[in-house]
Amino acid sequence: MSDKQVQLVDQVLAARERRQPVRIVGGDTKAFMGRSTDSALPVLDLSGHTGILTYHPVELVLTARAGTTLAELDAALSEHNQMLSFEPPRFGKNSTLGGTLACHLSGPGRPWWGSVRDQVLGVRLINGQGEALRFGGQVMKNVAGYDVSRLQAGAMGTLGVMTEISLKVLPRPASTRTLVFDCEMDEAVSIMNRRSVEAKPLSAACWLDNKLYLRLSGAHSAVDATLSHWGGSELMDAEHFWHRLRDHQLDFFCTSLPLWRFSVNPTARMPGLSGQWLVDWGGAQRWYLGNAELSEMERIAVEAGGQVSLFRGGDRSAEVMHTPPQAVKALQQRLKHAFDPDGLFNPGRLYSWM
Amino acid sequence: MSDRQDVHPGVSREVLAQKFRAFIDPEYVISDDETLKPYECDGLSVYSEMPMLVVLPETVEQAQQVLRICHEERVPVVARGAGTGLCAGAMPHREGVVLSMAKFNRILEINPVARAARVQPGVRNLAISEAAGKYGLYYGPDPSSQIACTIGGNVAENSGGVHCLKYGLTVHNLLSVDLLTVEGERITLGSEGLDSCGMDLLALMTGSEGLLGIVTEVRVKLLPKPEVAQVVMAGFDSVQTAGDAVGAIIAEGIIPGGLEMMDSHAIVAAEAFAKAGYPTEAKALLLCEVDGTEEEVHEHIDAVESLFKRLGATSVRTSHNEEERARLWQGRKSAFPAVGRISPDYYCMDGTIPRGQLAHVLTEMERMSEACGLRVANVFHAGDGNLHPLILFDANVPGELEKTEDFGGRILELCVAVGGCITGEHGVGVEKIRQMPAQFNDLDIAQFHRIKAAFDPAGTLNPGKGIPTLRQCQEYRSLEMSIEPNSGAENQLHREGGHE
Ligand SMILES: Cc1cc2nc3c(=O)[nH]c(=O)nc-3n(C[C@H](O)[C@H](O)[C@H](O)COP(=O)(O)OP(=O)(O)OC[C@H]3O[C@@H](n4cnc5c(N)ncnc54)[C@H](O)[C@@H]3O)c2cc1C
Repeated sequence: MSDKQVQLVDQVLAARERRQPVRIVGGDTKAFMGRSTDSALPVLDLSGHTGILTYHPVELVLTARAGTTLAELDAALSEHNQMLSFEPPRFGKNSTLGGTLACHLSGPGRPWWGSVRDQVLGVRLINGQGEALRFGGQVMKNVAGYDVSRLQAGAMGTLGVMTEISLKVLPRPASTRTLVFDCEMDEAVSIMNRRSVEAKPLSAACWLDNKLYLRLSGAHSAVDATLSHWGGSELMDAEHFWHRLRDHQLDFFCTSLPLWRFSVNPTARMPGLSGQWLVDWGGAQRWYLGNAELSEMERIAVEAGGQVSLFRGGDRSAEVMHTPPQAVKALQQRLKHAFDPDGLFNPGRLYSWM
Repeated sequence: MSDRQDVHPGVSREVLAQKFRAFIDPEYVISDDETLKPYECDGLSVYSEMPMLVVLPETVEQAQQVLRICHEERVPVVARGAGTGLCAGAMPHREGVVLSMAKFNRILEINPVARAARVQPGVRNLAISEAAGKYGLYYGPDPSSQIACTIGGNVAENSGGVHCLKYGLTVHNLLSVDLLTVEGERITLGSEGLDSCGMDLLALMTGSEGLLGIVTEVRVKLLPKPEVAQVVMAGFDSVQTAGDAVGAIIAEGIIPGGLEMMDSHAIVAAEAFAKAGYPTEAKALLLCEVDGTEEEVHEHIDAVESLFKRLGATSVRTSHNEEERARLWQGRKSAFPAVGRISPDYYCMDGTIPRGQLAHVLTEMERMSEACGLRVANVFHAGDGNLHPLILFDANVPGELEKTEDFGGRILELCVAVGGCITGEHGVGVEKIRQMPAQFNDLDIAQFHRIKAAFDPAGTLNPGKGIPTLRQCQEYRSLEMSIEPNSGAENQLHREGGHE
């Protein structure tokens, strides 16, 4: 637990005075994400700004400094049988809460339990003028002012230095069990969608290597009844499987090939490309391994009703995020200017033009 | 920049109406006072203003053209859905145009497999669930106004409902929105997938009260209808015990579909009105609805019942069929009209507090109520800490409305002081602009103005709403200092208390 708020504000003010852009770094486990940026830029280090400030299990609300590790949050929450319902990936043991929100990362339960942005209630943030601001709150509902907290999701630190984050947390389900079925990808996608229409306690649905995995979470009786109703065989050591999927530890991810992330209509049929697919989020997230051009991938994503990004590997000096239409690009640039007029934070990390 | 809230267009009503009639059915360009009258306010009728013009475009191209002309002429534009808003967010601007989205009332597509609906902004909230019903699906957020309010208004207010502890607010149930910028440019935020690249503009747009853009199409998520829902009603002899019971349910790991509380004034009024069988001698009443699969509901209902009994509930009743469930909810659902019957007028407030502060807040409210001589009844979305105090008053008594507003303002400040906020779901609009400085400091507010300027540099979209000018903030602060020299210190105390 340590408070670096004052130093952080000073560092931003100093950077501003010198017109010297900085790289914001938490646990440094997501350096592979976004575009590669000038490694000579000075680092604004959040890893020392840590600690859970308030946690009221019965209020389902937790507030922590942005540099707090997910591991520390897990430990505190599990004491009360609660969890971060968005199942954030741990790309290393130092993964922090701030980095998770900035990169908008959520795990296999996302379609049913919400994303990190869904669970965010409030943030404290230092803008490019060195002003320490506070938005949202520590209560579950707050519609006063613009939703600056959720705006940070996916901004990759380009709008400001998040120093404190309040979140909604949830009880751990009493029971979790997983079913496995043998099937091809297209069939798996239609089963996932069909199962999602049923009012059953489905909490994750993934396909890889000709196997469909369906996770059930909830009250014991409900999980058991659905399990026997749906058939299939039960996966042993399932928690390990879902963790390895969440953290990209499965063999599928252990390669040097470029990894593309498609966020699409869950029912979309993706074209048969030469590379490999993994389907997650009940069909709404597709991972593709293979060499390709961003423009070609964008065409496929748009056809499937969504967007694509080059998640890992490949050419990271070019654009890695889906190209926004001109009007949306202009809005993002004006918002960037509204928060960080001197362009101090993470220049070029999200887009070359920001 | 930030203090420019008054916009003065240089174009007359007739000239502007003429321009609009060139491409919109002349019947849908309203300029006579009599037909303009119904648009003078939203659901909060104590604030009203006659607009210069009302237009009801029928196509996105027409709406686009309206925006282009207004942008050119610097004419304020106030979007309007059904006008059920409770913060005067849709109140017209005297020199502006009301852009009614009422003609955009078509459900464009329901995809039962992908569990999504694509609808126009003027579609009523309940109409979506009705249309999705034949597929066993529904739209989650269910504001009490759902038979009337529109999805466009829901997006603009980030509306909630009794089921939002479990199923989320509007922001959690959107996939994408199409909008028109102030210049009349069409953009889409979000997609058919769950998450998009880059900063989350869809979230920023949700709850922005018509200040950043005009919503022209919405893609919402649909949820499978739960197999069963059952409700447990419990009476308690103190608010504290009822509050503890709410905490105990959560601690048990149960997230109810709905979890509502009413205080004794609300119980008595609701029972007299709806005859739902509420225990009128109780000091607090809880309605806890559990939904899910049959097995799950069975398991959780047992747990909730025994928990209520163990914690000293004075009466416990559980619904065993749909009819009983509807009856138990009837009282809560008619709480507003019920209160309307025991008083000539009532004023509905909307603050959020950490649940643990409930007993303290209600006691304080009772004290304020006695001091100012106005009764207050409370209904409470207990699961997520959203309070709706209903202040009873008589608008025909000179000065009573002002007294009511003052009391309401104090309640919101109390919510902030205990770690909560001034609005959980109704929005700021004109109504709560005065209390914004209680929740945000001038730097935060200046940042809000810079966000607004990024979308609408001339400030013509819904001017005077949502975000106070810095001058208004200064006035608020100097007034606070002159009235209550100690309130700052007290606030500080509560704020810390609230975080414990
Ligand atoms: C009896 C009653 C009960 C209520 N219960 C609830 C409740 O349980 N939960 C809750 O959250 N609210 C509740 N409300 C408040 C209200 O119904 C909601 O705020 C609702 O979302 C407003 O929708 P509307 O279509 O009436 O919008 P309006 O009142 O017409 O407008 C509301 C705001 O949205 C803007 N707007 C409208 N359409 C658009 C558009 N297409 N694009 C951009 N901006 C737009 C307007 O400018 C205005 O600022 C209740 C109201 C009443 C009268």
